[in-house]
Amino acid sequence: MPTIIVSENICKGCELCIDACPRGLIILAKDKINSKGYHPAYLTDPSQCTGCRSCAMMCPDVAITVEGD
Amino acid sequence: MATLFSKPHAMADVPLHYCPGCTHGIVHRLIAEAIDDLGIEGRTIGIAPVGCSVFAYDYFNCDMVEAAHGRAPAVATGIKRVDPDHVVFTYQGDGDLAAIGTAETVHAATRGENITVIFINNAIYGMTGGQMAPTSLPGQVTQTTPYGRDVKTAGYPIRVCEMLSTLDGVALAQRVTVDCVKNVRTAKKAIKKAFEYQIEGLGYSIVEVVSSCPTNWGLSPKDALEWLRQNMLPYYPLGVYKDVKEGESRE
Amino acid sequence: MSERVLMKGNEALAEAAISAGCRHFFGYPITPQTEVAAYMAKRMPKVGGTYLQAESEVSAINMVLGASSAGARVMTSSSSPGISLKSEGISYLAGSDLPALIINVQRAGPGLGGIQPSQADYWQATRSTGHGDFHILVLAPSTVQEMVDLVADAFDLGDKYRMPVMILSDGMLGQMMEPVSLPEKAVESLPEKPWATNGHKNQRKHNVINSLYINPPELETLLHERYKKYDHINKTEQRAEEYLTDDADLIIVAYGASSRVSRSAIDMARAEGIKVGMIRPITLWPYPVDYIEKNVNHVNSFLCVEMSMGQMVDDVRLAVNGRKPVSFFGRTGGIIPTPIEVLNEIKKIAGGI
Repeated sequence: MPTIIVSENICKGCELCIDACPRGLIILAKDKINSKGYHPAYLTDPSQCTGCRSCAMMCPDVAITVEGD
Repeated sequence: MATLFSKPHAMADVPLHYCPGCTHGIVHRLIAEAIDDLGIEGRTIGIAPVGCSVFAYDYFNCDMVEAAHGRAPAVATGIKRVDPDHVVFTYQGDGDLAAIGTAETVHAATRGENITVIFINNAIYGMTGGQMAPTSLPGQVTQTTPYGRDVKTAGYPIRVCEMLSTLDGVALAQRVTVDCVKNVRTAKKAIKKAFEYQIEGLGYSIVEVVSSCPTNWGLSPKDALEWLRQNMLPYYPLGVYKDVKEGESRE
Repeated sequence: MSERVLMKGNEALAEAAISAGCRHFFGYPITPQTEVAAYMAKRMPKVGGTYLQAESEVSAINMVLGASSAGARVMTSSSSPGISLKSEGISYLAGSDLPALIINVQRAGPGLGGIQPSQADYWQATRSTGHGDFHILVLAPSTVQEMVDLVADAFDLGDKYRMPVMILSDGMLGQMMEPVSLPEKAVESLPEKPWATNGHKNQRKHNVINSLYINPPELETLLHERYKKYDHINKTEQRAEEYLTDDADLIIVAYGASSRVSRSAIDMARAEGIKVGMIRPITLWPYPVDYIEKNVNHVNSFLCVEMSMGQMVDDVRLAVNGRKPVSFFGRTGGIIPTPIEVLNEIKKIAGGI
């Protein structure tokens, strides 16, 4: 099952990945603040992720790694 | 579990200092991916400019030189002339390339200097806090055009790809953007092609990336990309302005 | 001894650079140094080197910076107004610990000034070739032969200390012809430069050439380290020629073209029984203070002769430090003093002894 790993302390919460995800699966973790002071992005429903890499392609901080089968 | 996407080898594993949503990071990654794809990291030398990307020398794993403001093409020329097998690229913003470094840019291009130039056009000076750039749009409000860029007093923006495409030494002049996944893919192809043309010895290649500056435009990263689409792209149309192998094509 | 040939100063210098292993020259035409560029344009292609006429002096010095970064033995040449344009790049070279040879065939200033010989760029060369805390090595030949000999030394010193070196010539030395012996054997191997940005070949960590240090304590520490190197150079690299100083009551201090005129004046004065000698600095930075020190006790006074309104005289006064009178004589604006003028100046001072 494909999934994404967000480096929480690299993420700046810019939300570009949120727009890029064709399935709308990414949101900011409003309950978390990383070491830079941002809410990091996270994948809400890993079972829906197709590993399309769109989020990673738009991430300006290269904070997203995509894994899959 | 296989890795479908990760940071390219040619990109250093350090956090970037750029503001949230700044597209510099996307372009850095595309350059590093091109270097990885072509297997040239060991013979590539990058030139960092003055501007927001001044620390680019810390972000690439190939050898790097930090140039004075606008002088990257001259520094690149010196490196390239020492060994033509070096693959040399400059990374320059609009102030660096089209204001203080215009002479260096035009002459490196007209010499057909066999280097690759990655040009970030975000229509503003980011590092110094949002002043007018040579590519700021007519009417654009910046710190030094507080009533909007008045072309009667501040002149018109420079369209770099159009200007350079008139020069015989230019092998590739292409304008791309990175506002969405599709355009990121096109930008990656263009950057890779620019390196390939250098490796083939075809001459000067430039990829202009129309970019955003959310902080100094005073917009969220998402709104900045929308502003880019609405305002920048009509003035700076995407497309291939010169390609010695494949000819022109505009969007 | 190799064959002696008659050559122009500018051309002899260029040939000596090729002998010293320099294969990259970036320049821009300006009188009275253009022969260096023209000679390089002719010779470089024949030795597999690069001659490139840049779009400006600013570009030329930054091309030099690039070639030096890549590990090459590289040079540029210009004349006074052009050196002002190069000052940006010279500061970056110094701030990046890069060697390079810069020739200044001085003409009169300020501004466009004139095209006749001058020594009015002494302050610029030794004090402020650019912004920031730094020094460059400055060598001052006084004959065409010495120009040839100093070129190889300049490249070697630059590589040894990883810093820019300037040969401070002038329109007279550059344009005049004298017999010279060129080096019999060209330099074949150059020193290794493991710091160079010439591609890591997947065999080492990436090299970075940089002058940006955003953290003040880091920059201060680096500058302290660099100044330790400058201190060492000050102690070990001073060079000067002494002429009839042993019994001199009056010592003239003069370099380059004005030292040639002064030498003639000294010979005339000696013929009249006046005990005058000369210290001729060969290194202008480091300034040869040891030579002043050695002589300061036995002379009555010093006379500094320059083709300027008086610039090097500052360094003579600093070295003498008030212990003896220091006077100045100079012509400027592109005028070379005559031996008679200098002789008259000697007599004025000697008469007062």
